[in-house]
Order: sequence, then C-alpha cells, then structure tokens
Amino acid sequence: MVLVLALGDLHIPHRAADLPPKFKSMLVPGKIQHVICTGNLCVKEVHDYLKTVCPDLHIALGEYDEETRYPETKTLTIGQFKLGVGHGHQVIPWGDLDSLAMLQRQLDVDILVTGHTHQFTAYKHEAGVVINPGSATGSYSSINYDVNPSFVLMDIDGLRVVVYVYELIDGEVKVDKIDFKKTTASST
Amino acid sequence: MLIANGIEDEDKWLAEGIAGIQHSAFYLHRALDSNNLREALKYSAQLLSELRTSRLSPHKYYELYMRAFDELRRLEMFFKDENRHGCPVVDLYELVQHAGNILPRLYLLCTVGSIYIKSKETPAKDVLKDLVEMCRGVQHPIRGLFLRSYLAQISRDKLPDIASDYEGEGDTFMDAVEFVLQNFAEMNKLWVRMQHQGSLREKEKLDKERNELRDLVGKNLHVLSQIEGVDLDIYRDTVLPKVLEQVVNCKDELAQYYLMDCIIQVFPDEYHLQTLETLLGAFPQLQSAVDIKTVLSRLMERLSNYAASSPEVLPDFLQVEAFTKLSNAIGKVIEAQVDMPIVGAITLYVSLLTFTLHVHPDRLDYVDQVLGACVKKLSGKAKLQDSRATKQVVALLSTPLEKYNNIVTALTLSNYPRVMDHLDAATNKVMAIVIIQSIMKNNTCVSTSDKVEVLFELIKGLIKDMDGTSTDELDEEDFKEEQNSVARLMHMLYNDDPEEMLNIMNTVWKYIMAGGSKRLPFTVPPLVFSALKLVRRLHGQDGDVAGEEVPATPKKIFQLLNQIIEALSVVPAPELALRLYLQCAEAANDCDLEPVTYEFFTQAFVLYEEEVADSKAQVTAIHLIIGTLQRMNVFGVENRDTLTHKATGYSAKLLKKPDQCRAVYACSHLFWVDDQDGIKDGERVLLCLKRSLRIANAAQQMVNVTRGSSGPVTLFVEILNKYLYFFEKGSPQITTAAIQGLIELIKTEMQSDSSTSNPASDAFFASTLRYIQFQKQKGGAMGEKYDPIKL
Repeated sequence: MVLVLALGDLHIPHRAADLPPKFKSMLVPGKIQHVICTGNLCVKEVHDYLKTVCPDLHIALGEYDEETRYPETKTLTIGQFKLGVGHGHQVIPWGDLDSLAMLQRQLDVDILVTGHTHQFTAYKHEAGVVINPGSATGSYSSINYDVNPSFVLMDIDGLRVVVYVYELIDGEVKVDKIDFKKTTASST
Repeated sequence: MLIANGIEDEDKWLAEGIAGIQHSAFYLHRALDSNNLREALKYSAQLLSELRTSRLSPHKYYELYMRAFDELRRLEMFFKDENRHGCPVVDLYELVQHAGNILPRLYLLCTVGSIYIKSKETPAKDVLKDLVEMCRGVQHPIRGLFLRSYLAQISRDKLPDIASDYEGEGDTFMDAVEFVLQNFAEMNKLWVRMQHQGSLREKEKLDKERNELRDLVGKNLHVLSQIEGVDLDIYRDTVLPKVLEQVVNCKDELAQYYLMDCIIQVFPDEYHLQTLETLLGAFPQLQSAVDIKTVLSRLMERLSNYAASSPEVLPDFLQVEAFTKLSNAIGKVIEAQVDMPIVGAITLYVSLLTFTLHVHPDRLDYVDQVLGACVKKLSGKAKLQDSRATKQVVALLSTPLEKYNNIVTALTLSNYPRVMDHLDAATNKVMAIVIIQSIMKNNTCVSTSDKVEVLFELIKGLIKDMDGTSTDELDEEDFKEEQNSVARLMHMLYNDDPEEMLNIMNTVWKYIMAGGSKRLPFTVPPLVFSALKLVRRLHGQDGDVAGEEVPATPKKIFQLLNQIIEALSVVPAPELALRLYLQCAEAANDCDLEPVTYEFFTQAFVLYEEEVADSKAQVTAIHLIIGTLQRMNVFGVENRDTLTHKATGYSAKLLKKPDQCRAVYACSHLFWVDDQDGIKDGERVLLCLKRSLRIANAAQQMVNVTRGSSGPVTLFVEILNKYLYFFEKGSPQITTAAIQGLIELIKTEMQSDSSTSNPASDAFFASTLRYIQFQKQKGGAMGEKYDPIKL
C-alpha cells in the first residue's frame, strides 16, 4: 500500500493566504510516500512546506511559479503504475478530456495528473485515468466559478488504485472515492 | 596573592574555631552526662566564646554558628529537665547572666528564655521584651545579626498568637508583633552599619557579604506575615507603617531595595492592593540609587497575576483606583530619576501595560494612556538606538495584540502608531511583521477602508522605503518573505458590501503604488485577484437598478485593474502583466463587455510583441493567449478574426520549429468550440492542421540536413492525434483518407534507414494506434466512423 498525495494550484500568496487549517492538520509528515504537485505553488515557502510532508516531491511548472526550473512534465513509476504530471495550461482546450488523453498517450502513463482548472475531476478512458486534484486552497479561477479547496490521495496497491478526493465544502471535509484497476501489468 | 592568602587564612581560622567548639563540646557533654550544671555552664560559655571572633566572613561565620547551635540544642534539653540539675528556671535565668562575656551570656539567656516561656511561669511577652532589649548589648554587625537570628529562631514557635498556647492574660498577638518589629528594626540597623565598616576599595566584597546576610533580616518580615492576628487592618495600621519607617530612615540603598521587594513578595496581594497608596508613597523617599523600577515592576507583576487568578477581586482594583495610583507613581519615579536610561522607563511601561491588560482589559482608554505616556517619554529624542530599549518597545506593542487577538482593537489605540514612529526602520519592520502575523494567526478580517488605512500606516515600513533606507540594502530572501507577508495580508481585507470593498481596494492601491518597482511584483497580483473576485460577485448579483449611479460596477473595477497592471511596466514585469491582462480579459468576457475584453487582449498582445523576448517565455505566453482566446464567446466576428489571426501569426513565428508546429495546431482549437453556439469552422481547423504538418515536415528536413538522420516522429504523431480529435467531433473536412495517409507517413518515417529509434515516440505511436483500435472495436456510431481506417 503506497500513498500518493496529489495537489496543486495553491496560488500562495497571489490568490490565497494559506492552505485551509483542516487540510494542514490532515497532512501529517511521515504518512505519505510520494507527493505529486501540478504546479502554481507559487513561492518557495510552499515548496518547503510540501517537502516536510514528504521528501519525495515531484512538481510540474505552473505559469505563476516563482521557481522556473520545475519541469513542464514529469513521469515516474510507483509500483505497477506509471504516473505523469503536468500543470495543464499547455493542453488546449483547457480541461478538455480528449486533449488530455492525447498527453497521456504521449507520456505513455497509466495515471495522468494535471491541474489549471481548479476543478476536481477523475476520468477513466481508454488509456487510463486522468485526475485533476483541483485547487488545494480553493483559490480564484477564471475557468471555474465554484471552487472548493480539494486534494487527492491515491492508494496504490498492486494493480489497483483507489483515488480518494478530499473537498472542503462549507467548512466540512467531505471524502469520496473511486476505484480503478489496471488490466495488465506494465511492461518493463 | 593577598586575597588568596586571605581566603586561606579564613579557612584556617574557621578550622580553629570549629576545633575550639569541638574541644569545649567534649567537656560539655561530659558535664551534661553527669548532670553537672556548673560545669555545663562553664563549658558552654567557653564553647560560645568561639563565636566572639571578628575574623570570619558571614559565610564562614555561619558554619561556626551552626556547630554552636547544635550544641545549644543539647543544652536546652538539659535545662528543660529540672530533675537533672535541680535549678528552677527562674533561677537559671538569673544564673546564666553571670557568664563573663556578653555574647555567650546572651546566647545562654536566649536558650533559657525559650524554656522560661514554655514553662508559662511568666507571660511570654515579658521574656521576649527582655531578650530583645538585652541583645542590644552586642553591636558588632555580624555577631549581632546571628545572635538576633538565634533569638528569632527559638522564639518562633512561642509567640503569643491567636489560638496559640501562649495567648493569655495580657499576652496578645500585638505583643508578638511588637517583638518581631523590634527585632527586625535592630537587625536592620546592624545590617546597615556593615557598610561603614570597610574602606571604599572593599565595597564590592562588602556588598557581597551584606547580601549573604539579607535573608536573616528578611525572615522577620516573613514571620510577621505568618502571625494569625495580623489581618489587613493591623497590617495597614501598624505593621506596614513601622516597616516602611525603618526602610526609609535607614537610607541604605542595598537594604531599601531588598526590603521593599521582600515586603511585596511576603505579604498577600490583597494587602498590597488595599495599602497601595502608602506603599507607593514610600518609593519617592528612597535613595536615588535604588533600582525602583525593578521593584515596581515586580509589584505590578504580582498584582497582574492576582487579578488573573482571582477574577472576583477585579472590582476592588477599580475601587482603590489601582491603575491611576500606579500610573502616577511611575510618572513620579521617571520624573525624579533623570538619569534613568530609556530602557528602564519603557520596562516600567511594559509592566504597567501588562497589569492594565490583565486587570482592566476593557478599558482601552487606560491602555491608550500608557502608550501615550510612553510616546511622551520618547518624544524629543532621536530614534531609539539601544537594542534593549527597542526590544522593550516591541514587547510593549506586541502585548495588546496578544491579549486582544484582534488587530482591530489595537487599531483604535490612537497612540499606537505614534509609538511606532519612534522606532528605527529595522525595528519598525519587525513590528509590522508581528502585526501581520497576529492578523494571520487569528484570521482577523479588516473590513473598512478606514481601518485598512490605519493598518497600512502601521506597516508602512514594509510597504515603502522609509527615510534613510533603500531596498538594495536588504537581503533578498528576507525581502521576499516580507513582501509575501504583505501579499498574504491582503487576503484578510474584505467586506461583503461591494462599495466598501472597492474603497478598501482603492486604499490598498494608494499605498502599494508608492512601493517602488521591487515591491510591485509581489503586491500587485493579490490586489488584482481581489478585484477580480469582486467583479465576479457583482456580476453574480441581480442586474443593476436602471438609472442609478452605482459606484461599484465591473466597468469601474476594470478601469482600476488597467491602472494597476499598467504600473508593472516600471518594474518591468511583462510576463506577469501579460498573465494578469488575460485574467482580466476572461473576467470581462464573463461580464459581456466586448470592448473591455478586446482592450485587455490588445494589451496582452502589445506586451508579447514588444517585451517578451525570451523564446521559452514566448512559447508559454502564446499558449496562454491561445487558451484564453479559445474560451472567449463575447467577440463578434470581426474582433475575433483579428485576434485569432494575430495568434496564429505569432504561433508560426516562434523561434524553434517544433514550438511553431505545436502552437499552430493549438490554434486549430480557436476555430472549434464544443458549445452549442460555439464556432465550428472545420475549414480553418484543417488549414491550421495542414500548416502545422508542413512545419513538421520542414523540421524533419532540417534535422536531416544538420544531423544526418531523421528526427523523432513525435510531432507527426501529435498532429495525427489532433486529426483524430476533430474527426471524432465530426468535422467533415477531416477525412479518413487524410488520417490513413498520416498513419502511413509516420510508419514510413519510422522504418526509414536514416531514422534513429526513439522509444518515446514509438510508445506514443503505439498507444495512438491502440486507441484507434479501441475506438474501432467500440461498435456503434464510433465504430462505424473508424471502420475505414486500416491499421
């Protein structure tokens, strides 16, 4: 059982002051094995904070990030799954599933994590799963009017991944989950 | 050398003294064992003679004294048992006075006196009075202090207190009080006399010795506090006045400091509260060298804790006007001690403020008064340089923040900003950060532009360059942290009412626009997003009342936004400005304001043309422009055409061919929007895709020429995917033939001799083909669509 935290679009301090306290108290150091971040942190303090949650941190470059050396896309293998992350502003139309599917095929990954729209989504399609963890701070988005703070926790176990989404709605943390199963093991 | 000798000598004398005591003790014990009173008296007097030495420092004398003390306990037991020596205690009391030297005589007398009181053959007060007077015979400070300390020790449990064994006819607790007061007064006199004993050179040594003895004197006060009969009235009417008389009249700074502090620590806080005027009245009468501020601070601290632990006594504080009295006392002390360094005065004010916040937290006028007194003290002087003093001022300003947990309360204190004005620039910033942290920690919302104004005045050290400083001097990391704090703060300034919110934003803009080019990149974005949030709120409300001139409209806010983003040109920060213009364009689009939206796009394009020179930055920028433009639905045909034409034009002009290719096929989406009324211009889509294909071809050729091998086929696969995208959307111009052709092209390229295998593009192509297969096998309409395509 491997826990992977996926979050992004915090936009601290441009659009938000900090993560919601209820989220912060949940993100306890030492419980999570990997962190995938879709970008737009935007400042070093947020990077340092995420590092304390888990040292294995993978960040993709968002268009407002202070640190310009993050990669545009990144792929990594966790257990039987190949994961890819990108911010998503490069994929036009923004939020379009078919265009994201193309990126997924291009990166040749089972799970693609992107952001930019500040809207949680998790789709299964031919190539695999496309996940958008939304905005962890619930910050303003020109694309999405109704933004609630959200993040995703993936539990990878063999050929199965359970995607938990945590959303802060009216001051309460609500959890939902979606199951995905790979049909074949990935080829080496 | 001399000093070392001195210490060695002292050790020698002490050893001699102890040996002497042990020698006499041997014979004393023999005498006691054989119940020989005469011999016992003889040898005990001999033993006690060792205490007649003047050679020992207090520390060493104490050791000697303790040995004697132990022996006297044995003696006392002997005296007590009349059967052993046959002498009635009355006679014994007479007998011991025949001892040759006065010091042994008095130790013996006290010892017998103890038994005499226990026997109750005579009122306790008579014996006590006799003893305390007789002890006057020893005027040597150290010897006298220890003697009287002995008297105090053995009389302790024999004082005629209420409900004690010794209360009786003519024997009341007042007699006990009298006795202790007298012993105290005499001990104090002896103690003070010590300071005249040595030469000036030895002052430090003398002070040290005096300090070693102070608890002997102070113990008397402790005993007084323990006497049951001493209630508030007795304390106020008898004990305190007499003690203070001693303290003031002795005119000795060491004694005064210790004893004032002792009084405060030893007697109950309730008493202090009720005798505040008397107590405070003593301070101006003390020697000028006494560290009054420390004593006063400790008094206030005790009273603060008293109030905190017993809220029911708070009305008493008001009744005795504690605040006013303390405030006046402090004022007098500061006035009288002209040489007091500034840190001393501020420390006093900090104590008074802590007191006020504990006792009268609702009296903001008191709090402001304390700050005002501080301002007065600081006025007329240059900015504070002393780091201890500045630390105290920061403590002074932080305490109300911590207490009230609400910056808005602190903002109402008129003297608060005035105190801050006296801090130097660096400390001003420290304080500003403290204020911001307080707001963030408590999640305080600052909700009117007036309050925002006061707040920004307080933190002005962070917002602009203060006189004499410049941002160049600052460490870059520190500067970034500071400015990010200010940025975070801006999310706390909020009001539900749009008009007031607009006022707030105008106020904020007024302050940050003066911040200079280094600060704007940090402070502008949060303000812009605040404004965009307001636009969205206004837009979400029901439509404007016709004809009414409403101050806060989206249009007005967009005008403000234009101004704000324009200011970034002085930094210059074109990439940031471009992104912000695009954000505004989207917001304007949602408000149906076509000209405003067009204007924002114009600004973005101008920046792209003129300022964004870096090729990587251009790629990102053009994608942002395309992505934003793709979502616009407010434009009429003409405007839309102009903008899309620009976008595609710039896409094709990017430096690197692969970038060109990708940007151009991204532009294809400009002509196809999946909405109901969205544009669906298949022709122009195809034009874009074909153009990007040509560019991809050219790119391949270039690689052939420059490297002698063909490049990766990735671009072709990407374009193929785009063909599939529009094919599925139902664009009639995308034919299965075209798709088939592209597939063959790619296969050919991959198999050609000069190709270098590229695993990434291979995998990409493979997954694309897999996708096509998947769609074919779906059946239904999609399966039919894909059927002509052969893999």
